[in-house]
Amino acid sequence: MTNPRALRQKLVAAPYLVWAAVFIVVPLAMVAYYAFTDPAGNFTLSNFHEIAGFSHTFILSIWLGLLSTIICLLISYPLAYLITRCSPKTQRLLMVLVMLPMWINLLLRTYALMKLLEDTGFINELLSLLHLPPVHLINTEGAVVAGMVYNFIPYMILPIYNVMTRIETPVLEASRDLGCNGFQTFRRVVFPLSIPGIVSGVTMVFVPSVSTFYISSKLGGSITLVGDIIEYTFNSEANYNTGATMSLILMGMILLCMLVMNQFTGGDEEAILV
Amino acid sequence: MADLIVSLQDVTVAFDGEIVLDRVSLDIQNGEFITLLGPSGCGKTTTLRILGGFVEPQAGTVTFDGRSMKGVPPHKRQVSTIFQRYALFPHLNVYDNIAFGLRVRKTPEAELCERVEQVLNMVNLRGFEKRRIQALSGGQQQRVAIARALVTRPKMLLLDEPLAALDLKLRKDMQVELKNIQKSLGITFVFVTHDQEEALSMSDRVVVMNDGRIQQIGTPQDVYNEPQNAFVADFIGESNIIDGVMLRDGLCRFAGRDFECVDGGFDREQPVDVVIRPEDVKVGAPEAGMLSGLVTGSTFKGVHYEVIVDVNGFKWMVQTTACITVGEHIGLTVGPEDIHVMRKSEYSGLFGDYSTFSDEMDRLSDPAFSAEEAAAAKGGDGDDD
Ligand SMILES: Nc1ncnc2c1ncn2[C@@H]1O[C@H](COP(=O)(O)OP(=O)(O)OP(=O)(O)O)[C@@H](O)[C@H]1O
Ligand SMILES: [Mg+2]
Repeated sequence: MTNPRALRQKLVAAPYLVWAAVFIVVPLAMVAYYAFTDPAGNFTLSNFHEIAGFSHTFILSIWLGLLSTIICLLISYPLAYLITRCSPKTQRLLMVLVMLPMWINLLLRTYALMKLLEDTGFINELLSLLHLPPVHLINTEGAVVAGMVYNFIPYMILPIYNVMTRIETPVLEASRDLGCNGFQTFRRVVFPLSIPGIVSGVTMVFVPSVSTFYISSKLGGSITLVGDIIEYTFNSEANYNTGATMSLILMGMILLCMLVMNQFTGGDEEAILV
Repeated sequence: MADLIVSLQDVTVAFDGEIVLDRVSLDIQNGEFITLLGPSGCGKTTTLRILGGFVEPQAGTVTFDGRSMKGVPPHKRQVSTIFQRYALFPHLNVYDNIAFGLRVRKTPEAELCERVEQVLNMVNLRGFEKRRIQALSGGQQQRVAIARALVTRPKMLLLDEPLAALDLKLRKDMQVELKNIQKSLGITFVFVTHDQEEALSMSDRVVVMNDGRIQQIGTPQDVYNEPQNAFVADFIGESNIIDGVMLRDGLCRFAGRDFECVDGGFDREQPVDVVIRPEDVKVGAPEAGMLSGLVTGSTFKGVHYEVIVDVNGFKWMVQTTACITVGEHIGLTVGPEDIHVMRKSEYSGLFGDYSTFSDEMDRLSDPAFSAEEAAAAKGGDGDDD
């Protein structure tokens, strides 16, 4: 271990290690510290009892996050598949279109969606022009899910598209050659080979959806999610202990979900990093 | 052996308006080992893909067992393909890769297991069932591809340069193995290669292609001994191809004198191309030879020397076991049966003169080049394409 090459590699990695320590390990330790102490700094588990009162918020957050993840998946998978079927030039254009919204600030996008969904917003104006009855869209769970889907869908399309383009044409031809029709080729070859993309897409949509606070507060009205409460306890109440406890539990749940998801890829794929 | 399995009639294929196959007609007999041989880009893979159902010809007919194959998709054809780069399923292990075709056909599990074991034995891969594809060597992947294609018991196997990625030793072994498999199963093999030695040693018949057209179809002996034009003569083995005139049956004039030969059936005074293989030329003293010339190059090849001789400006390649050095004057003799006469073709004059032979080119472009180095380099790289 003391050969110069290994030493040099360690030196190269050093700045990253420092960065990781300062910005990842220390904050995590602080979150854990606050979660297990009271405002006076004494060890306590009362924060966790307090959190029990928010269990419905947790359930709602996970439910809406799950819903938006499933919707994203249902839209993205066929879309990504169709994109890979286009000519290389069209593929590039379509992928730029997919990523275009990501260049626009999240707040701006959410505000735009708000203007669309409001009772006096674009959709309802259009309905009244057509002499149709108005629909109440804003401040519903549906609006929150729509906001999540709209904001996070590129993170689903991208990894799925990536794994699909990496499937080599001869492999698909081999499947046809061995007796598969188009659908069987999809089921036996394309789908299994795209699972790593699905796993990373699901992770990348589910995690921000569960912990979002901005989307729910702008589009959900009185609907509060875990993210909202964490934000509120830290910012308005300056109650670091409750907020930190919620963060810790949220992190635990996300970690659990990711572990479950990773089971589908056999663990050794680059599921999260695609 | 006598019944036809596949017939291509005037098959033409164009990609983006560019003709890739030009009126190709080919009959394949049931149970034969037929090889498509030609330089890169000549349309070998395209021909194979027509048989597999991946390319639909613009014109011409393809029949399989007497039935037209027009519009029949790959999965409904009784052929299996071994692709140029194996194309194994990366998400399946060795066993599941091989079982793939049987699972699609809903073969009962007991029979499936038995048949997979059987082909695993055939390709010497017992004990590799659970291996991941990524954990196999190139030669092993090759065997999996063969097993996967054979397990469905196709009537015809299409092999697209299956040995190209293997090293020389392994390639030789696999050539023998493939040939044995073909013999023992008795199924038709359509084999693609651009390696002429491989084609000659394995095939019942060879189809020589160039520029999207078939140049010659025949047994390995036919295409070697009786090439139909200058392209075939040059592509298969080494050839001296000399401009000549057929005086009458059995007499032909080239290199400034008349030679007795065994070919006939030409018009009087008809211009022809004359092919003489380097190994058929006998080397002797200048005054004893039919022709004489100055040695301008000599390369040791192990079994023999490869000698370039300048005879009145035309450079011959001859092979001899005698040690001959540059600057010597030697005589050349050819017997009547060593002279092969061909009709003129579009390839006349393009091949068969060794004045631009690579050794000399190297020497011209590299001032520091010495003859010893030339010999060492030539012997060392095996000079195999
Ligand atoms: N899908 C395609 N689109 C356009 N051109 C093609 C396509 N497939 C093949 N070609 C062209 O057709 C010609 C013949 O190709 P083919 O693959 O049959 O050659 P080949 O004899 O197999 O060559 P190699 O030994 O390099 O594999 C080439 O010029 C190639 O560029
Ligand atoms: Mg090819």
